[in-house]
Amino acid sequence: MPEIRNYTLNFGPQHPSAHGVLRLVLELDGEVIERADPHVGLLHRATEKLAEYKPYNQSIGYMDRLDYVSMMCNEHGYVRAIEKLLGVEPPVRAQYIRTLFDEITRILNHLMWLAAHALDIGAMSVFLYCFREREDLMDCYEAVSGARMHATYYRPGGVHRDLPDRMPQYQGSSKWHSERTIAKRNGARQGSLLDFIEDFTERFPTHVDEYETLLTDNRIWKQRTVDIGVVSPERATQLGFTGPMLRGSGIAWDLRKKQPYAAYDKVDFDIPVGVNGDCYDRYLVRMEEMRQSNRIIKHCVDWLRVNPGPVSIDDHKIVPPKRAEMKGDMEALIHHFKLFTEGYCPPAGEVYAAVEAPKGEFGCFIVSDGANKPYRLKVRAPGFPHLAALDEMSRGHMLADVVAIIGTLDIVFGEIDR
Amino acid sequence: MIELWNALPVVIQILLKITAILLPLLALVAYYTYAERKVIGYMQIRVGPNRVGWRGLLQPIADAVKLMMKEIVIPTKADKTLFLMAPMIAIAPAMAAWAVFPFDEGLVLSDINAGLLYVLALSSLGVYGIIIAGWASNSRYALLGSMRSAAQIVSYEIAMGFALVGVLVAAGSLNLGDIVDAQRGSALTWFWLPLLPLFGVYLISGVAETNRAPFDVAEGESEIVAGFHVEYSGMGFAVFFLAEYANMILISALTALLFMGGWLSPLPHAWVEGTWLLDDGFHWLLLKTFFFMFLFLWLRATFPRYRYDQIMRLGWKVFIPITIVWILVVALAVVYRLPPWWSA
Repeated sequence: MPEIRNYTLNFGPQHPSAHGVLRLVLELDGEVIERADPHVGLLHRATEKLAEYKPYNQSIGYMDRLDYVSMMCNEHGYVRAIEKLLGVEPPVRAQYIRTLFDEITRILNHLMWLAAHALDIGAMSVFLYCFREREDLMDCYEAVSGARMHATYYRPGGVHRDLPDRMPQYQGSSKWHSERTIAKRNGARQGSLLDFIEDFTERFPTHVDEYETLLTDNRIWKQRTVDIGVVSPERATQLGFTGPMLRGSGIAWDLRKKQPYAAYDKVDFDIPVGVNGDCYDRYLVRMEEMRQSNRIIKHCVDWLRVNPGPVSIDDHKIVPPKRAEMKGDMEALIHHFKLFTEGYCPPAGEVYAAVEAPKGEFGCFIVSDGANKPYRLKVRAPGFPHLAALDEMSRGHMLADVVAIIGTLDIVFGEIDR
Repeated sequence: MIELWNALPVVIQILLKITAILLPLLALVAYYTYAERKVIGYMQIRVGPNRVGWRGLLQPIADAVKLMMKEIVIPTKADKTLFLMAPMIAIAPAMAAWAVFPFDEGLVLSDINAGLLYVLALSSLGVYGIIIAGWASNSRYALLGSMRSAAQIVSYEIAMGFALVGVLVAAGSLNLGDIVDAQRGSALTWFWLPLLPLFGVYLISGVAETNRAPFDVAEGESEIVAGFHVEYSGMGFAVFFLAEYANMILISALTALLFMGGWLSPLPHAWVEGTWLLDDGFHWLLLKTFFFMFLFLWLRATFPRYRYDQIMRLGWKVFIPITIVWILVVALAVVYRLPPWWSA
């Protein structure tokens, strides 16, 4: 009698829908998944260990590189932990700017998720439509920090600098772009950054409608996502889910509402929750979150327009003095020198601060021994528990569903492997 | 000139005719890939290839040269004979099916009576290329691809065959030329209208038959990487692509022939008799074929991919019942001479 046995399939790390470097060992019975064993660590960069050897401020840039599609939210988590340790509170304008950019980041992340998720399931046009909008938001990052991705814009005590009054424009015509195209591209860039963002918030809901036209009521899309990877509310909490993964299962937990930080207690928004806890519900939750983020952004833009003020605290032990001051003021020069060589020494102690990153709760736990570097930094990455649940979610489904489930987890290996 | 042609041996005549069919076909295949990239490009707000030649028009040639120069890698544990045979098995039927294809009134290489049967037989042969490729490459991804392909083909061949039975009943002939003649009249007497459900089933089965999105599970880029041709490189890979695109053109052309009146003009014959361009002719066939070819691309840019058990469900539970019911309806309509289509 022939021996019948399952066979294993090595899914990734060089697989088009492995979302980076996921190595997944699948045990298959035909196409049905018997066991899914995710292997992590292929993108391990020792971020936490590196942070132990650097003054606090120099690790902000590492946070960008954790979850490299929701950069500023990671910074926010880390910076908030430092502020809690130091016992400082950034000025209100900085709080609003942080809220604004957290939500821009959320849209950036959800667009990336939607693009990848749709492409995994085979709808490739959505991918390119999403990248069209991401481009505009990347430009906001660039305008404010000079970098399209790894901004290092949030600093303990506020943000690096105020929003620019002028939006950078496209320049020069070439063989590929005529004067007219360039003028068209610059249409929304005539005013300040806030004008540009406001213009975006007006356009964006129609774009979300476009994606939804292609997917939400599409029979194939529903066949591929409804009742796939169902997680009950009880299991979702037990598995340590946060963010849209938890809300998709019907639990209305959102740090922005439950433990408000920055300016979230002053802005108006709703948190969508799912009912069935399947891939389709999580899809709907994230789509609605994009619309809600748009609302928050609009609110922040309106507030920021009429309320000028400082964007960081006036304590030069933490925030470097202005460049101009340094030219004539001895004390400012000393502050600058001390900050960029030694940094600052927060009191000894332990803090944990978390933010609602687009993927879930992103938290930083810092142990300080009173030195200018953290004694220990532990990052709580939302993607890690989500990935850990992959086996449970995909068991009994087919190979094609695993791809849909990986898409719905919204995992990025920068933060999982750290 | 005619004397010269008649003086040639018959074998040479046939070979020349075959060349006259295959060369334009291969050129069309090459530029179909270009059209695909351009059309889908513009649908996705990008421009597609635009660097090689004017507006990227030389891109297919550059691609062909690149693929020919590439090394053909044969995996160590692959079955070498089958591995090399598979692309040929895939492309041979896609080319051979054109032998009975009438391009215009009487303009056909081989005017056989069982033309439709021949086309059906050859189009189902092509899938052996895919199955053998998946088996011979000895890769798990490729094996999954060929398994999916086999499962898909059993559910679609039947629906497609039944749809063609409807055409056969309606036209009363298996000869492709006669089928077109049976549709003579105007756009309203073409078979797409009385056979509308069969037309839909045939078109969708055709997309599935050619492994195109949303039924590209055998290739399943994001699931099983490239499925059956994951281990192929260079010309082996290119030949699979040639076969796929040649099949797409064949299915489009057949749809035009069987349901859309082939080379017939959409206007009533009496109106356009003798007028230039509006009268029946090869250009109408070409136009209709291009429309269906465009449809293939449009579908690809729009839809997500089915899971393969869902495709089988669609085939067995939806399409086969529809076709069976409609064959009965058509048979009754033909027997009882239902106007306006079968009143004569």
